[in-house]
Amino acid sequence: MDKGHTITIYSNQLSAALKAFLYRIADDQMVIAHRNSEWTGLGPILEEDIAFSSIAQDKMGHSHAVYSILHEHFGEADPDTIAFTRDEKDFTCCHLVELPIGDYSFSLVRHLLFDLAEQLRFEMLENSSFEPLAKLARKVKGEIKYHVFHAVTWITQLGAKGNEESKARVQSALNETFPLALGIFEPGDGDEELKVASIFEGEDVLQKKWLEAVTSILNEAGLTLPSLNDVEPVYGGRKGYHTEYLQPMLTEMTEVFRIDASAEW
Amino acid sequence: MYGNISVSDEPKNYEMVEENPQLLAEFEAKIDRGEKIEPHDWMPAEYRRQLIRMIEQHAHSEIIGALPEGTWITRAPGFRRKMALMAKVQDEVGHGQLLYSAAETLGKSREEMINDLLSGKSKYSNVFNYPAETWADTAVIAWLIDAGAIINQVTNSKGSYGPYCRALDRICAEESFHLKYGYDNVVTLATGTDVQRQMVQDALNRWWQPIMHFHGPPDKVSVHTDKLVRWKVKMATNDEMRQEFLDTYVPKIWELGLTVPDPNLHKNEKTGIWEFTEPDWDEFFRVIKGDGPCNKERLAVRKKAEENGRWVRAALARPSAKYTVPLS
Repeated sequence: MDKGHTITIYSNQLSAALKAFLYRIADDQMVIAHRNSEWTGLGPILEEDIAFSSIAQDKMGHSHAVYSILHEHFGEADPDTIAFTRDEKDFTCCHLVELPIGDYSFSLVRHLLFDLAEQLRFEMLENSSFEPLAKLARKVKGEIKYHVFHAVTWITQLGAKGNEESKARVQSALNETFPLALGIFEPGDGDEELKVASIFEGEDVLQKKWLEAVTSILNEAGLTLPSLNDVEPVYGGRKGYHTEYLQPMLTEMTEVFRIDASAEW
Repeated sequence: MYGNISVSDEPKNYEMVEENPQLLAEFEAKIDRGEKIEPHDWMPAEYRRQLIRMIEQHAHSEIIGALPEGTWITRAPGFRRKMALMAKVQDEVGHGQLLYSAAETLGKSREEMINDLLSGKSKYSNVFNYPAETWADTAVIAWLIDAGAIINQVTNSKGSYGPYCRALDRICAEESFHLKYGYDNVVTLATGTDVQRQMVQDALNRWWQPIMHFHGPPDKVSVHTDKLVRWKVKMATNDEMRQEFLDTYVPKIWELGLTVPDPNLHKNEKTGIWEFTEPDWDEFFRVIKGDGPCNKERLAVRKKAEENGRWVRAALARPSAKYTVPLS
């Protein structure tokens, strides 16, 4: 499917739904990449500095690739302009990714919960009827596999194979993070159109797969996922409502770029 | 990134060990033949001590060096710069890891080395006690500080201790990418808008003195025994490395239309030697002793990271595991 073809067959409504979907994916990736990069120089051991930085670089690359699809197929601005000049309310990332790095236990749990969702989402997208996204999904699969592998290894190491303190810290981070992670699957306006057009099966389907996978990983790691019935998912990010942490992050991120947004940097 | 500290940190009561003359002769003959010394070979106690000191300082410089640039990852303008800077700083941390491993082959554990860094017993490159005030500072650091480091590291990679040489070979390959990144960044700013040009000139002015300090004090005041040269621990003098740096990079700086804040800097065409105003060496020694603009901040950040990560390391520790010196 060439790019001209892609656009012409989509109704305005479907096109808007797909654009919104792509923005959600890319904003999540860009913001979590930024957060993960904040571990550089500060990790609990050097190997973790390096690992978090690697993962951050991959995710930054993935977000760039999705912003590029928006630019090339939907006439949106170029990736730098999209990422460095939009207002906070125009971002549609979930709250989970916005939070500061906090204690390593929080960053690790966020890394597992987010990356697992990412892995499953991209697995689903490999068969998407929107070929540019399907192609990207196939391309990044290998990288995301390692991100999840890293997260699972550490969760197990600090859970079942760790000591009392590490297990308690990770469990507590899990309890705190679970409602935020459910925000990944906040339904979007155009989800039904995406489903009908075989672009994406839906956040509900993804959440179900994710819950199964994460439950099994945590069982192995000697940890417990809070019950879905006991928590309220943290929604709002997909509609442009954000935590108090996103604006300061964006202000910092764009500090140099804003000196002269038209200059070559 | 590492220059040369070249400050003797001899304990006052340190006494040289009397070595077995035959073993010493064999050791020196091996070095003369250009062979590498490997971890389980016999070596004089002083050789081991000096190498641990040097490799450890180098490792510390890499991880402390990640801090001034690391703070700009979150502010890098645009995807390209952001991803490149992330990769660069990650490389530096990786160099730290590699070098701690090389030093461990000499019998000091990474944990002991990091403890000595945090207590102030062990030093790191002075240059990282200066702040990276603007984005342009990161460009100047990546270009010129890394360039200085490459000169030092390529020289040391021809030394006699196998594990250190091999680590340096790998490090230099990566550093050469940093230098390209830094140069590209400086060129972009120097050929950009007036504001960008001013930014990079200001950064160069700020960094010139630390750059001139980078390879250590002039040979006439630098403390070195002939033995370190004989044993191929010290491969070139501070002055030689500084001259090589000036010879390669000053013309490139001028070519970009940037100026160096030293009116006396010029190459004496007769002698081929660069002449310059001596930087303030009293400041250099003050900063080494802990009184620089960022010494406290750098160590405080590192201490906090160590403190915050303690529970993770405790969970990884296996009480039954015994520390053994790695082979190479």
